[in-house]
Amino acid sequence: MHDASARSAPYVRETSDTVAVLKHAPPETFLRKYVFSLDHKVIGKQYLDLALAAVLTGMVLSWLMRFHLAYPTTPIPGLARLAPNAAAGGVMTPELYLSLMTMHGTIMIFFVLTTAPFAGFGNFVLPIQVGAEDMAFPRFNMMSFWVTCVAFLVLIAAFFVPEGPPLSGWTAYAPLSALGKDAGPGQGTGQTLWAVSIALFCVGQLLGAFNFIATTLDLRTRGMTLSRLPFSTWAWFITSVIGLIAFSVLLPACILLILDRVAGTSFFIPGGLVVSDRLQPHAGGSPLLWQHLFWFFGHPEVYIAILPGFGIVSHILPVFARKPLLGPRVLIACLISIAFLSYTVWGHHMFLSGMNPLSATLFSVPTLIITIPATIVTLLWIGTLYGARLRFTTAALFCLGFISVFVSGGISGFFLAQPSIDTYLHGTYFVVGHFHFVMGVAAMFGIFAGTYFWFPKMYGRMMNETLGKIHFTLTFVGVYCIFMPMHYLGLAGNVRRYAAFTDDYMKGSLPLHRFITAAALFTGAVQLIFLYNLIWSRLRGAKAPDNPWEATSLEWSTASPPPFDNFGGRHPVVSHGPNEYGVTGPAGDYVMQASPARPSGS
Amino acid sequence: MGRLFAVLTAVITVVSTAIFISRTWWLPADVSVLGVGIDRQMVETMVAAGVLFVLAQLALALFVWQYGDRGTPRPIKIFPGGATPMVVIATILVGAEILVLTLVGAKVWAGIFLTPPDPKALHIDVQAEQFAYYFRYAGSDGRFGAMHPELIDDGNGNFFGLDPANDTTARDDIISASLVVPVNQPVFLTLHSKDVGHAFYVPALRLQQDFVPGLVIPLHFTATQVVKQEIVCTQLCGLGHYNMRAYLEVMPRNQFGQWMQDQAALQ
Repeated sequence: MHDASARSAPYVRETSDTVAVLKHAPPETFLRKYVFSLDHKVIGKQYLDLALAAVLTGMVLSWLMRFHLAYPTTPIPGLARLAPNAAAGGVMTPELYLSLMTMHGTIMIFFVLTTAPFAGFGNFVLPIQVGAEDMAFPRFNMMSFWVTCVAFLVLIAAFFVPEGPPLSGWTAYAPLSALGKDAGPGQGTGQTLWAVSIALFCVGQLLGAFNFIATTLDLRTRGMTLSRLPFSTWAWFITSVIGLIAFSVLLPACILLILDRVAGTSFFIPGGLVVSDRLQPHAGGSPLLWQHLFWFFGHPEVYIAILPGFGIVSHILPVFARKPLLGPRVLIACLISIAFLSYTVWGHHMFLSGMNPLSATLFSVPTLIITIPATIVTLLWIGTLYGARLRFTTAALFCLGFISVFVSGGISGFFLAQPSIDTYLHGTYFVVGHFHFVMGVAAMFGIFAGTYFWFPKMYGRMMNETLGKIHFTLTFVGVYCIFMPMHYLGLAGNVRRYAAFTDDYMKGSLPLHRFITAAALFTGAVQLIFLYNLIWSRLRGAKAPDNPWEATSLEWSTASPPPFDNFGGRHPVVSHGPNEYGVTGPAGDYVMQASPARPSGS
Repeated sequence: MGRLFAVLTAVITVVSTAIFISRTWWLPADVSVLGVGIDRQMVETMVAAGVLFVLAQLALALFVWQYGDRGTPRPIKIFPGGATPMVVIATILVGAEILVLTLVGAKVWAGIFLTPPDPKALHIDVQAEQFAYYFRYAGSDGRFGAMHPELIDDGNGNFFGLDPANDTTARDDIISASLVVPVNQPVFLTLHSKDVGHAFYVPALRLQQDFVPGLVIPLHFTATQVVKQEIVCTQLCGLGHYNMRAYLEVMPRNQFGQWMQDQAALQ
C-alpha cells in the first residue's frame, strides 16, 4: 500500500507487525470537512444533530397529541393553518391524531433512540476509545449517515402528500398498511413513503453496524485487549451485532410491504378481504408474517435503543463514583446474554395475535429470563454506588436517573411478559407507560448523560452545570408524572391509540389524562433549558481541559476536541483496563488506560 | 444535589406505590369464570414486582444519600462480597419468581386459550370490520350459512356475505350488532375480520383477542353476572378505531330466550 496511488487517497491502511492503523489525511475542502466528511467525529456529530432535529419534531407531535387527548374539542392555535384538511377550526380529526402518533413513534424509535445513543455517540467515541484514527470503512460510514438523513427526509415528506401521512402506527401492521388507499386516509403515498424511509434507514444502520464491528475487532491500538475495552465500546459493539441481524430482517420485510403496496403482490394480504366495499384483488398472504418479521426486528430494536445506554451508564458511573464498576466481567456477560435472549422473545408482542397459543409460553419464559441479567446489571450499578465518593455532576445525575427509570420500566415488564396478564393489559396505556420508561426515557437519560459527559470532548467547551442540574431535576420529576399514571390508566383498561375516549368506562380517566398532558407540556418545556445550554455552551462555554472528569479511557488522553486523526500522529499504547478508579495514580485517584505500565513487582 | 435526588426518588417511590395499593385506579369488577385466575395472577405479580421496585429504588436513594463526595478524604469501600453473591441471589430469587409465575400463569392461560370450549357452549360467529362488530347466531337449525366475501354488501345488511337464496342454512342466521348472551352459559366465539386487523376487548371479562384477516380464531368465556359492558377494539384499524365498539349484554336465561325469538322474527 505504500505506492503513489495510495498517497492521493485520504486513507491508507498501514500494517505493522503488531497493529493495524489507518492513516488519516486532514480534510481540505469545506464539503469534506463539514458535509460529506469521512471523519467519524464529524459523522457522529451529524448523527446527533439529526437526532436533535428528530427529537424536537417528535416532541412537538407528542404535545399536540397530549393536548388533544386532554381537551378533544378545544382548538389548538395555528393548527388549522398547518393542516387545513385535517384540523378544521384547529381541532384535529381522528386520522390526524393517528398520523401524529405514527410519526411520533417512528421518528422517536428510529431517528432518535437508534441514531443518538448508537450511531451518534458510538461514531464519535468508539474509534477514539479503541485508539484508532477512524472507523474501518470511513466511506461507508459517511454513506451510513447520509442514507439515514435521506430516510428522515423521506419520512417527513409523508406529512405533505395528498392522502395524508401514514397512520398505521410505528409497527405498521398489515393488512392495514399493505392494502393501499382503500383502507382509508393515510394509506396512500404516505404509507409507501414510511416503508421506503424505514428500508433506507435499515441500509444506513447496516452500514454502521458492520463498520462498528470491524473497527472494534480490527483497529484496536496496541495493548487494547478485549478485556480492556471500555464498557461503552463493549455495549456499542454488542449493539452492532444485534443491529446487523435485526436490520437485515426488517429491510426485506419493508421491501415486501412496498411490493404489496405498489406491485400487487400478496405477502401480507390474505384472500377474501372486503375493504371500502371492494373485494381486494389479493390472495394467499399472511398478516402474521409481517408481525413475525417486524417483531423479530422490533424486540431486538428495544435493546439497540437501550444497550448503548447501559454502556454509557456503566462507563460514566465509575468516573463519578470514583471507584471501579462492580463486576466488570459479569456486566459484559450480562450484556451478551441480553443480546442473545433478545432474539428469542419477539413473540411476546404477539400473545393475542392469533398465533398458536402454545407458543405464548415458549416466548414468555425467555422474556422473563431476560429479567435475570437485567436485574444483575442494575444490582451492579447500585452496588457500585455503595461506599463511593459520588460527584454529582449533571452526567452522573442522569446516570442515577437512568437506573431509577430503568427499574420502574423493567418492573412493569414483569406483568406484560406473562401471557395470562397480558390478556388484560395488552393494548392499554400500561404498555405505553412501560415502554416509554424502559426504552424511551431510560435511553433519553443515557443520551443526556452522554451529552453532558462527552460534550467537552466534542466541542472543547464545558456545558453549564447549573442549568444542567435544573434540567435534570425537573425532567426526572416530570417523566414520572407523565408515565407512572399511564400504568394506572392501563390497570383501569384504558385503551391506547385512541384519538378520544368516548367509551363509557373510559370517560372517568379524563382527569388523569389532563394531569399527564400538563406534565408532558411542562417536561417538554423544560427541554428548552437543555437546548439553550447546548447552543450557548457550544458558542460560549468555558474552555474544556483534556480530561475534565478525571476519567481513564483513551478519549480523555487526547486534546478537547481531538485532532482530525484523534491522537495527533501518536498511537496510544494501552497498559490498563478502563476501570482503575479509587487507586493511587500519577494524577490522582485513577490510572488512565494510556498511562505507562506499572513497573513489574509494584 | 445528591440528597435532593435521594429524597425525590424516595418520595416518587412511596407515592407511586401508595396509589397502586390504594387501588384508586384498578381493574373493573370481574364478571367471568376465568377472570378469577387472571386477577389472582395480577395481584401476585403486583406484590412480587412491588417489593422489587421499592427495594431497588430505596437502595438507590439510600446509597446516593449516603455516599456523596463531601470533600473529606474517605476511602472507597467495595460492596461486601463483590459481585458474586449478587449474581447468585438475583439468579435464585428472580429465577424462583419466574418459575412460580410461569407455572401458575401457564395454567390460567391454558384455561382460556388451550382448553376446548364446553360442548354445550352457545356458538356465536363474530365479524369485525372498519369500524363495527357483527354477531351471528346459528338460528333454529343450529348451523351457520357459508360466507361469500363477494356477496358482502353492508348497504343491504348482508354483512357476512350470506346467500340465503341458494343456501338453506343461511336463511335462519340471526345477525345482531350487540353480543347478547345468557348468564352462566359457556359461550364460544369464532372471530374473523372482513378487512383489516381488529381486536375484541372486554375488561370486565378479562378477555382480549385480535381478529386477524384470513384466520378464524376461537375464543370462549362464561359471564357470571347480568351486566351490560362495552366491547372495544384494541388493534389499530384506521381513523374510526377509537370509536369502534359494541355492547356485551348478559341476560337472565329466560330473557335471552325471548330476545332470540324477537330477533328471529326481525330477520
